[in-house]
Amino acid sequence: MTKPVPSTSKPRLTTSAMIASIASEGQRTQAAPFGTALVELAKTRTDIIGMTADLGKYTDLHLFGQAYPDRYYQMGMAEQLLFGAASGLAAEGFVPFATTYAVFATRRAYDFIHQTIAEEDRNVKIVCALPGLTSGYGPSHQAAEDLALMRAMPNMTVIDPCDACEITQVVPAMAAHQGPVYMRLLRGQVPLVLDEYNYTFELGKAKVIRGGRDVLFISTGLMTMRALEAAKHLESDKIDVAVLHVPTIKPLDTETILREARQTGRMVVVAENHTIVGGLGEAVARHMMLNGVAAQFRHIGLPDEFLAAGALPTLHDRYGISTQALVDQIKAWQA
Amino acid sequence: MGNLKGHNRDLAERAYRVRRNAVLMGEVQGQGYIAQALDIADVLAVAYFHAMTYRPEDPEWEGRDRFLLSNGHYAIALYAALIEAGIIPAEELDSYGSDESRLPMSGMASYTPGMEMSGGSLGVGMSIAVGMALGLKRKKSNARVYILFSDGELDEGAVWEALMSAAHYKLDNLIAIVDVNNQQADGPSTQVMAFEPLVQKMEAFGWFTQRIDGNDLDAVVGAFDTAKDNAEAKPRIIIADTLMGKGVPFLEAREKNHFIRVDPHEWQLALAALEEGRQS
Repeated sequence: MTKPVPSTSKPRLTTSAMIASIASEGQRTQAAPFGTALVELAKTRTDIIGMTADLGKYTDLHLFGQAYPDRYYQMGMAEQLLFGAASGLAAEGFVPFATTYAVFATRRAYDFIHQTIAEEDRNVKIVCALPGLTSGYGPSHQAAEDLALMRAMPNMTVIDPCDACEITQVVPAMAAHQGPVYMRLLRGQVPLVLDEYNYTFELGKAKVIRGGRDVLFISTGLMTMRALEAAKHLESDKIDVAVLHVPTIKPLDTETILREARQTGRMVVVAENHTIVGGLGEAVARHMMLNGVAAQFRHIGLPDEFLAAGALPTLHDRYGISTQALVDQIKAWQA
Repeated sequence: MGNLKGHNRDLAERAYRVRRNAVLMGEVQGQGYIAQALDIADVLAVAYFHAMTYRPEDPEWEGRDRFLLSNGHYAIALYAALIEAGIIPAEELDSYGSDESRLPMSGMASYTPGMEMSGGSLGVGMSIAVGMALGLKRKKSNARVYILFSDGELDEGAVWEALMSAAHYKLDNLIAIVDVNNQQADGPSTQVMAFEPLVQKMEAFGWFTQRIDGNDLDAVVGAFDTAKDNAEAKPRIIIADTLMGKGVPFLEAREKNHFIRVDPHEWQLALAALEEGRQS
C-alpha cells in the first residue's frame, strides 16, 4: 500500500474510537445487546460463566461481570490462555462465553481454539468484537478473514448476526447448542433493524427478509442491514431487490440458499463484511456450482489486501460495503 | 531397587511394569518415543499408584484426579501406565499406533479412556489445566489436576501465560510435573533455548517449587506427598530431572535423540535389561 498523501481539498473524517458504534446517524440502536442477553440468560443457566482477555468492557461482557462477579474470569491479555482455560472449564461441565477481538481469537489463538476446543469438542462460546472491517485502526484490529479461518475448522458453528434484535436471540440459541460456537459481535450502541421485519433467528437457518424480482442479495452480518437499506433506495430506480439473510455461516442453510438462487431472472449478489477469500461468497458459489444453479453471480466483499486505517464510513465507502456503495454497484450491474 | 522398602518397593515393580509395557508397544511400532517413556516411568508409577485417586472401571468418575498429558508424544508412556492401572485392557497393547487403535502415537482425548486432553500441539496443556483447576474449585471438588509437560514446552510463550494465571488464581489444586530430560527435537533443551534457572523462575512466577531426581523413587514419592500436603495457596510444580532411556543401560548410553533408533533385535535386549534391573 502506498502511503496516503494528506489532502487539503475537503474536510476529512477522523478515525473513530475503538468502541465507536457502527450505527449510522439517526439509526435506532440498542445498548449492549450481547451483555444484556447473557445476564438475562445466566439467571437460569447457572452453568454459564464469562471469560475475557482484558477486553470485558470492549465486548460488553463487563455487564456479566458486574451481575455475576463470582462467575467472571479475567484471564489477562493472553488469548491462548483464554481459550485453553475455557476448554478446561468446559471439560468440567461449565459453558464459558469467552470474549476478545476477532483478530486475537482467530489469528493469535487459532491453534488453541482448533486443538483445545474444536478437536476436543468442548462446549465453548467464542464471542468476538471488531469482526471484518469494523475498526479504523488498520490490519492489527481488522479481522477481514475471521469467517474463512473459523469455517475451515471442523466442529465449529459460525454465526454473523446482523443487529441488536438478532444478537439478543443468538445468545440463548448458542447456549442451547451443544458444541463450540464462534459469534461475531457488534457491541456498544448496536443498530436495531430486524425487529421491523418480525425476524426470528434460528440456528442454521437463512431467512428471506424481503422479496424482489430483479436482484437477490444473499447477505450476512451487518451487510444485511446495508442490503435492506440499499433495497429501499433502489425502489426509486425500479430495481426490485430481495434480501436473504444468512446469519449462520456454518452449517450453511444450502437448501434455502439454493431454493432462492434458483428463482429465475434474478441476479445473485452475495454481500459480506469479510474478505472475498473464503467467506460466504465462495461458500454460496460452491453450492450453486455443485447443484447446477446458473444464475448470474456477483460478490461484494473486502479486497484481498491489507486494509487502510481511517474513519469507518470512509473505509466502508472505499471498499464497497457502505449502503451507497451497494446502491451504486447494483445500479451499474443492472444498467 | 535394593534400598527401597515396603510400599516404594511395590512402586518400583509398578515402574518396571510401566517400562515393560512401553517397550512392548515400541516393539509393535518398531520405533517411538521409548527413551522418554523410560525416563518418566517412575513419575507415572508414583502418580498412578501412590498419589492419585481414580476408579479404573470408571475413567470419567467425577471425583477422580485429572491427569493431563500436555506432551502428547509421551502417549506411549501414559498408555503403559493406564494399562498397568487397569484403565486400558492389556490386550490393546499390541494395537499401539495401528489403524483403528484406541492408542494413537500422539495422545488424544477422544481416542483413549483416561486421556483427559488432546496433546501434540506442545504448549496447550497448561492453559487447559488452569481451566480444569478453576472448574474443580467452582464445583468445590477435592479432586486435583495433575499435568505432565516437557522441558521443551518451556519455549512456548503460552505456557508462561498459564503459569502466571495459575498463581493469580491461587490454584493449590494444580500439580504440574515438568520432565527435564534435556532433550528436544533439535537437541539438548538447554541449548535449544536457555530455560534455566528453572527453580528461581517458577518461584518468581508464584509456584511452590521442588526439584528432584525424577528417577529416584523415594524422591518422587516425597515430592508428590509434599506437593499435596503443602498448605500454601499456590499451584505446585515438581521439576523432575530424568535420564532418557532409564532402566535400559544401552539406551541410556546411546547418543541422545528425541526419537531414538532401536534395531529389531534390541527390543528383546531392552526387555532383558529391564528384567535384570528388576531383580537387582
